[in-house]
Amino acid sequence: MEFGVMMGILLDGLQLTVLIFFVTLLGALPLGVVVALARMSRFKPLSLVAQFYISILRGTPLMLQLMAIMFGPYYLFGLEMGTDWKFGACAIGFILNYAAYFAEIYRSGIQSIPRGQYEAASVLGYTKAQTFMKIVLPQVIKRILPAMGNEIITLVKDTSLAFVLGIMEMFNAAKALAAREVSMVPYAIAALIYWLFCLLIEFVMNKIEKRLDYYHD
Amino acid sequence: MTNAVVSLQNAKKSFGANQVLKDISLTVQQGDVLAIIGPSGGGKSTLLRCMTLLETLDDGSLSYGDLEVCRRQNGRAVYGGKDVLAKAKGRFGLVFQNFNLFPHYTVLKNITDPLVSVQKMPRPEAEARAVELLAKMGLSGKEAMVPCELSGGQQQRVAIARALAMNPDVLFFDEPTSALDPELTREVLKVIRDLASEHMTMVIVTHEMSFARDVADRIIFMDGGVIVEQGPAEQLINNPQHNRTRAFLSNYTQG
Repeated sequence: MEFGVMMGILLDGLQLTVLIFFVTLLGALPLGVVVALARMSRFKPLSLVAQFYISILRGTPLMLQLMAIMFGPYYLFGLEMGTDWKFGACAIGFILNYAAYFAEIYRSGIQSIPRGQYEAASVLGYTKAQTFMKIVLPQVIKRILPAMGNEIITLVKDTSLAFVLGIMEMFNAAKALAAREVSMVPYAIAALIYWLFCLLIEFVMNKIEKRLDYYHD
Repeated sequence: MTNAVVSLQNAKKSFGANQVLKDISLTVQQGDVLAIIGPSGGGKSTLLRCMTLLETLDDGSLSYGDLEVCRRQNGRAVYGGKDVLAKAKGRFGLVFQNFNLFPHYTVLKNITDPLVSVQKMPRPEAEARAVELLAKMGLSGKEAMVPCELSGGQQQRVAIARALAMNPDVLFFDEPTSALDPELTREVLKVIRDLASEHMTMVIVTHEMSFARDVADRIIFMDGGVIVEQGPAEQLINNPQHNRTRAFLSNYTQG
């Protein structure tokens, strides 16, 4: 097979990889805030549910979770989900899983904000929502950037798990090419592309860190 | 009594089995400068935190002018609703020991954001007020800096400006110079002195005895959760009546 054709197939796969990546971030970044706030709630039942959620999603393999969401509707309820369900299952699985990890990162950041910040905001008359959105969250973001960078880079590589659902993302494409061509070259190229993707993320994270470098506390 | 800026009556507060405030009553009139002194753990900070709604009283009543924040009912303190508490917070300001400026905001925004977000003041008006107050604090030209670029004394003066900007009826200070070295302490005390000479109503928890004597009209000595002694500033510092007050003051070299 021509190199150009092979690259074409891998880059088609990359499009799906990138799609899974962004859909996951779009869903899991805000959902993680909700889970973190639930986890820290003084209302015990809510906190326990959130703890349980985090424990299950961190404590079982993502691959298994993807399969459970993919096949669960059929085996549990006899629902026929159609062939496009794999994309839905993939998105849901990744978002739920990453929200659990993000939630714990948010929590570490939120709990590191000194109590004095809340007290100053309270005395000045900020509402709870204003205090969180204007005072706490911006400071949390700066504090959790390194941990977030770590997790987001892990996500780049985790997208390859979508292959278990038969989604032709880049890893699956490389696997198919490798089998057909009896060659390791497609894997090597895929590895290089994953790495470049991660370099790009490192670059972006560094930019954001620099931008927030204007203050320290 | 009714036109007192702040009125606290029969305040009681416990943390677990430890009763920190044992039936404290105090009123602050318009223009009063009240200093609260006493040993650590004597209840000074808790008293201030209860008055600024950072802690809730177990029992007692608290009013800001005509606004009843909480009242006694069946031996308990019953607080007003959210709107009452929000309104009360517009009537006092608090300056913290550790400044508690918002580190991610510029000096200017530290002062303007509460005005804009809480008091819904138009931004230009808020900025004009902030610039004016910063000038008064000797901080002109620092508007665009962030708190970490300022010295402790400058940060504390920004914090005072932030509290003053809200136009409070009374300003509370919780050991405003305890985190500062002597030189920086002086510049903060000067600002508070200036405010006193303008008859700003203030309640100051402090360990600076000579400052308390010079700037306050009245001093309260607190220990063990009670007001042991109170009186005109000069008299309490120079001629204390109670043994505990004397013992406490003897730990400070009087200047």
